[in-house]
Amino acid sequence: MDPLLLARWQFGITTVYHFLLVPITIGLSFIVAGFQTAWFRTGDEKYLRLTRFFGDLFLINFALGVVTGIVQEFQFGMNWSAYSRYVGDIFGAPLAMEGLLAFFLESTFLGLWIFGWGRLSKGLHLATIWITATGTLLSAYFILAANSWMQHPVGYEVNAAAGRAELKDIMAVLLNSTNMVTFPHTIAAAFMTAGAFVTGVALWRLLRRGDEDGPTFRTAARVGAVIVLVSGVAVAVSGDAQARLMTQQQPMKMAAAEALFETSQPASFSLFTIGSLNGSKELFSIRVPGLLSFLATGSFDGKVEGINNIQARYVQEYGPGDYTPNTPITYWTFRLMIGLGALAGIAALWFLWALRKGRLPGRLAVTTAILLPFLPLVANSLGWLFTEIGRQPWIVFGLMTTPLGVTPGSSALVVLFTLVGFTLLYGVLGLIEIGLIARRVRAGLAPPEPPAGSHDEGEPALALGY
Amino acid sequence: MELTTVWFILIAVLWIGYFVLEGFDFGVGILLRILGRDEPERRAILRTIGPVWDGNEVWLLVAGGATFAAFPEWYATLFSGFYLALFAILVALIFRGIAIEYRNKRPDPAWRSRWDWAITGGSFTAALLWGVAFGNIVQGVPIDANKQFTGTFFTLLNPYGILGGLTTLLLFTTHGAVFLALKSEGVIRERANRAAWLIGLPTAVVAVAFLAWTQLIRGDAASAIIAALAAAAFVGGIAANRVRREGWAFLGSAAAIALAVVSLFVALFPDVMPSSTDAAYSLTTTNASSTEYTLTIMTVVAVLFTPLVLLYQGWTYWVFRKRISVPPATPER
Repeated sequence: MDPLLLARWQFGITTVYHFLLVPITIGLSFIVAGFQTAWFRTGDEKYLRLTRFFGDLFLINFALGVVTGIVQEFQFGMNWSAYSRYVGDIFGAPLAMEGLLAFFLESTFLGLWIFGWGRLSKGLHLATIWITATGTLLSAYFILAANSWMQHPVGYEVNAAAGRAELKDIMAVLLNSTNMVTFPHTIAAAFMTAGAFVTGVALWRLLRRGDEDGPTFRTAARVGAVIVLVSGVAVAVSGDAQARLMTQQQPMKMAAAEALFETSQPASFSLFTIGSLNGSKELFSIRVPGLLSFLATGSFDGKVEGINNIQARYVQEYGPGDYTPNTPITYWTFRLMIGLGALAGIAALWFLWALRKGRLPGRLAVTTAILLPFLPLVANSLGWLFTEIGRQPWIVFGLMTTPLGVTPGSSALVVLFTLVGFTLLYGVLGLIEIGLIARRVRAGLAPPEPPAGSHDEGEPALALGY
Repeated sequence: MELTTVWFILIAVLWIGYFVLEGFDFGVGILLRILGRDEPERRAILRTIGPVWDGNEVWLLVAGGATFAAFPEWYATLFSGFYLALFAILVALIFRGIAIEYRNKRPDPAWRSRWDWAITGGSFTAALLWGVAFGNIVQGVPIDANKQFTGTFFTLLNPYGILGGLTTLLLFTTHGAVFLALKSEGVIRERANRAAWLIGLPTAVVAVAFLAWTQLIRGDAASAIIAALAAAAFVGGIAANRVRREGWAFLGSAAAIALAVVSLFVALFPDVMPSSTDAAYSLTTTNASSTEYTLTIMTVVAVLFTPLVLLYQGWTYWVFRKRISVPPATPER
C-alpha cells in the first residue's frame, strides 16, 4: 500500500473525528455560559439545573476533544514532515499562537469552572466559563487561519535557495480574506451543532420521559431551536460569501462542486444527478437554472468556469499534471452539506412551532429529536471533506502538492499500524463517550438543591468535578 | 543575543514547564493505585491534580507548536523520526486524559478500576518514554544529509536512552509523591511522604548516573555544574520531605527537574538534534530555525502572553491551595 494514501486516510480520520467533538465544545461552552448567566441574573433554579446538566454533557465531550487535539498538533510532523519543513516558517506561527493564547486559557479556566463551584464568588465563577468559551473561539480562529493559508496562501515568499516558503507578513496570514469568511461559517456551524444537540436532548427528555422537569426542558428545547435557526441563517449567509470567494480563489473547487465540465453562462445548479460524474454522461438531474451562477458570482447570469478550462489553464500555469479533484466526492459532499444543514433548520422551525404556548409535538418528534444533532454533525464533516478534497491535488493551493508533503521514506506498514491504532482507539472511546452521554441524559436534571452538608470547602458543592 | 538562541532557551523553558508540572501529575497517576487503597482515597488523590492537569498538559502542546514555529526542521525531524515512540506517547496521553475525566462518571467499581489502570499505565508509559526520547536527542541519532532520521524505533532503545527513560520515570514518580504529600492530609499524606523517601533514594542514584553519563557523551563545564545543582536540589528536596517540610521538598524536586532539563539543553547547545551519522548533518539552532522575521513575531507574542499565562495558572494553584482530605463516606450521586 501507498504510505501517502495511508497518511491521508490517517489525517482524514483523526481530523474528521476531532471535528465531531469541536463544534459541540465551542457552541455548548457558550450555551452553558448563557444558562449560568441566566441563573446569575434571575436566580431561577431552573437555569442552574440546566447549567449543571448541560455542563456535565459538555465536559464528557470536552475530554475527548482535548485528547484527540494532541494528535492534531503532532501529526504534521509525524506524517507530513516535508510539508512541515516547507511551510513551517509560516504555518507554525498560528499553531504556536493557538497553544499560547487559546489552549492555556481554555484548560486553565475550565479547571477553575469545574472545581470552583462554591470556592469562587458567583460572579468570578461565571467569568471562568465565559473565558473558557472565549478560549474556544480564539483556538478556532488561529487554526482556521492556518487552514485558510493552505486554501489561499498569502503573506509569504518562496526562498528557492532555502527550499521553503517564508513568512513576509503575519497580518496578511492572520487576516486572510479566506479566514474572514471561513471563521464565521465554522463558528455559526458550531453553534448550530450545539443548538441541535441541546434541542435533541431536551426534546427527548420532554417527550420520552414526561417528567416533572418538563418545563425546564421545554425552555432548553426552545433555546436550542432558536440557536439552530439563527445560526443556520448565519451559516447560509457566510457560506454564500465563502462560495463566491472560493470561485475567485479556487475556481476548480467550485467547478468540481457542481461537476461543471464546460464553462457556462448562466450556470444551473443540479440538486441531484444520476449518471457518471467523471464524464459528461448524465441520465437524470434536477436543475435550478442560474443558481450556480448566483452562488459563484452573486449574479444569476454570471459566467462560471468549467473543469476542462481550468485544467487547461493550470497546465499552462503550473506545468503538466492533473489538477482536478475527485469530482464525485466534491459534488456530493457539497450538496449533502447544504441539504443536511437546511434540514436541521427546518426541523428546528417545526419544533419551535410545535412547542408554542405550552403545546407538545407528536410522536414523530421523538425520532426527529434523536436524529437532529446528527444533521449538523454530519454536515460539518462533509463540509471539511469537501473543502479539503476539493483543494486536491494541492496541500497548499498553487504552492505544494500533497504527495510532496508526506514524510519521505515513511514505511507503509508503520503508517498502517498507527492508522489502525488510532482508528480502533477512537472508535472505542467514541462508543464510551456516546454511552456516557446517553447515561447522563437518562439520569436527567440533578436535584434542585445540592445535598446538605456538602458545602465544606474541600467538596465541590455542585459535583461537576470529582 | 541571537533570536535563534532566545528561542532555544524558550523551547527549553516550555519543556521545563511541561516536565515540572505534568511530571507531578504523571507521578500522582503512577502512584494512584498504590497510595489509594479504596475509592474515597483514590478520589481524593485525583482531586489534587483535577483542576490543573489539563492546563499542565498544554505546556506540551505549546512546546510542540513553538518548536514547529521556531525550528520547523527540528519539529519535522523529531516527530517523523521518533514516530512510533510518539505514537505510544500519544496513546498513553489519550488513555490517561480520558481516564481521569471519565472514571467518576459512573459509580460502578469495575468501571473505575479499569480507568485507574489506564491512568497508571498511561502515566507510566508517558513518563518513561519522554526520558527515552530526550536521552536520544542528547546522545544523537542517525540523521542523514537531508535532515531525515534514518533509524527505527529500536534505534531509540539503547542503554543510554533507556537510562534516560528510567530517570524521568523515577524522577516524576518521586515528584508526584512529594506533590501529593504537599497537597493532601491524613493517611494519604503519610503514605505519600513515605513513598517519596523510598523512591527518592533509588531515583537519586539513577538520575546521577544518567547525568554523569550525559557528561561523558557531550558534557561541558556549565552543564556539569548545573547537573550537580540538580542533584543537590533533589537530595535537598528528599531531605526536606523526610522532615515533613513538604513545601520545600516540592520546591526541591521541581528545581531538580528544571535544572536537569537545563543541563541537557546546555549540553545540547548549539545543536538541537545531533546526528550520530556525521556531525556535519546535525540540526542546529541556526540550520533548523525559522526566519528572523518569524522569530521576531513569535518573540513579541511570547513576551506579551507568557507572563499572562504564568499569572493565571499561578492563580489557579492559589485558588486550589488547600490540602485535600479523604472525605468521610458519602452516598454516590
